[in-house]
Amino acid sequence: MTLDIRLLHRFADFTLDLAFTAPAGLTCLFGRSGSGKTTIINAVAGLLRPDQARISLDGVALQDLPPHRRRVGYVFQDGRLFPHLTVAQNLAYGARVRRLPLTDRDRIVDLLGLGGLLARRPASLSGGEKSRVAIGRALLAGPRLLLMDEPFAALDEARKAEILPYVEALRDGMDLPILYVSHALPEVARLATTIAVIEAGRLAAFGPAAELLSDPETALLLGLRDAGAILTARIEAQEDDGLTRLRTGAGPLWLPRVEAPPGQMVRVRIAAQDVMLSLTRPEGLSALNLLPATVLALHDGDGPGTMVQLDLAGQKLLARITRRSAKAMGLAPGQQIFAIVKSVSVARKDVGDATNARAG
Amino acid sequence: MTDWLTPEEWSALGLSLKVSVVATLCSLPFGILIAHILARKRFPGHGLLNGLVHLPLILPPVVTGYLLLLGFGRNGPFGAALEDWFGITFAFRWTGAALAAAVMAFPLLVRAIRLAIEAVDPKLEDAAATLGASRPVVFLTVTLPLILPGIIAGAVIAFAKAMGEFGATITFVSNIPGQTQTLPTAIYSFLQVPGGDGAAFRLVLIALVVAMAGLVLSEWLSRRVAQGIAGR
Repeated sequence: MTLDIRLLHRFADFTLDLAFTAPAGLTCLFGRSGSGKTTIINAVAGLLRPDQARISLDGVALQDLPPHRRRVGYVFQDGRLFPHLTVAQNLAYGARVRRLPLTDRDRIVDLLGLGGLLARRPASLSGGEKSRVAIGRALLAGPRLLLMDEPFAALDEARKAEILPYVEALRDGMDLPILYVSHALPEVARLATTIAVIEAGRLAAFGPAAELLSDPETALLLGLRDAGAILTARIEAQEDDGLTRLRTGAGPLWLPRVEAPPGQMVRVRIAAQDVMLSLTRPEGLSALNLLPATVLALHDGDGPGTMVQLDLAGQKLLARITRRSAKAMGLAPGQQIFAIVKSVSVARKDVGDATNARAG
Repeated sequence: MTDWLTPEEWSALGLSLKVSVVATLCSLPFGILIAHILARKRFPGHGLLNGLVHLPLILPPVVTGYLLLLGFGRNGPFGAALEDWFGITFAFRWTGAALAAAVMAFPLLVRAIRLAIEAVDPKLEDAAATLGASRPVVFLTVTLPLILPGIIAGAVIAFAKAMGEFGATITFVSNIPGQTQTLPTAIYSFLQVPGGDGAAFRLVLIALVVAMAGLVLSEWLSRRVAQGIAGR
């Protein structure tokens, strides 16, 4: 399943001009508000006619079809449930207008936890419930591609934490490419298989999430504060003192309790500013996680900081330290050092499901 | 129970109801169509169409009646064509009274429905399209249910206007008892003859009752439909 996109559209104040090929999985369009992300998925959905467009899904050209013939599921930022229909009728809408049997309903209702809501109307649903119904409605219309435009922007952190596992399940459990718009990096780090960084209508960076997030150059593009690589790890044990032990290629990693069974693969986002470096194995330190690493590259920013890219037995990690420290330590590519990560600096929302990911 | 009105008065009431119902029902599809065009489409001539629809509201009714007579009278271009092709005659028939009532009520009908359509978020219609609904299906399954309260409100106000239509009707189809004499023209006739006040007063009471009943009915209907949409 691949989606080829080539777009050119002139607006009054900027021009959208880009091309990329989204592979299977979840491709995140990341960028500031107004950079053209929503325009891209509106063009894919057919709600906007660009000046020039070539959009093809597995070789089938979409650009000349009207929206209702594209079989593209769209989860809107504002939900857009039909207020005059019940949840059950909203879910069945796509199948009803396409005159298809509603075969998958029970599975989707289970997957999204909609069982108790079917008889209700949108007006009586909470924000999180509306988002879930909107996802279910898009899925049940039999789409070949799913578009999601900041579907959870209106939700608070708690609601978001509640719904992100459902999106992970979609990404890993269904053979459906997803194009996901977001400007929240932690969300992107958790969900994306592939990331497309959009800046002022152009593609500033594009690639697999693990590579892009651990690349010091793109890290600057994504925003220093939020920069951080993702590690894939396997849950090993739930320990008595509230910590979970995970196995990475470079050694054990202890994190605050991750609610998942041993053996489960998870992806953990580790913010660059939460990683310390040491030339020798430190003693008498409160931080639990000491991972031997190799320096791959250093990348100075405009300010006093530098971004250090590390190799952790094949996986990549980013550390943000001052240029002064890097100089004092004499850091250079190829050097063997230790990366130190405080367990408590990894928040629950930074750990996501990675069932189908390869082992780290 | 029929003796408290004379046959002439009964026939005026019956004719008024028939004219108003036919005028409202026949103009409803056109009203929805024009309201939809005015609310959702932008094209050269938008203002002209809008003005044309509102013309009967601002022209003296006598002028509208006279224009109808010129256009739809037996020798008028539309009147002659309709009579030749479909056998429909408007001049001095109840059908003419219905046409006059429909034309006079049309601006009110279109206005109410247009406001309702403008209140429907086009984003909902986009959402329906991405789910596989073609434009006509989007209209039938999303737009139409959402504007139903507006359609009811428009139909009721059009019906009330049709019941009260006087100037254009009397100019276009005259005031023939049993043929084109509606409640308002009957009241007018009774007031022209000495001793007709009693009959006129009875018809005035009836007009009041019909108007009140229509208002109450529409309130109740609108509330029910609105509750259905909001899901409470």
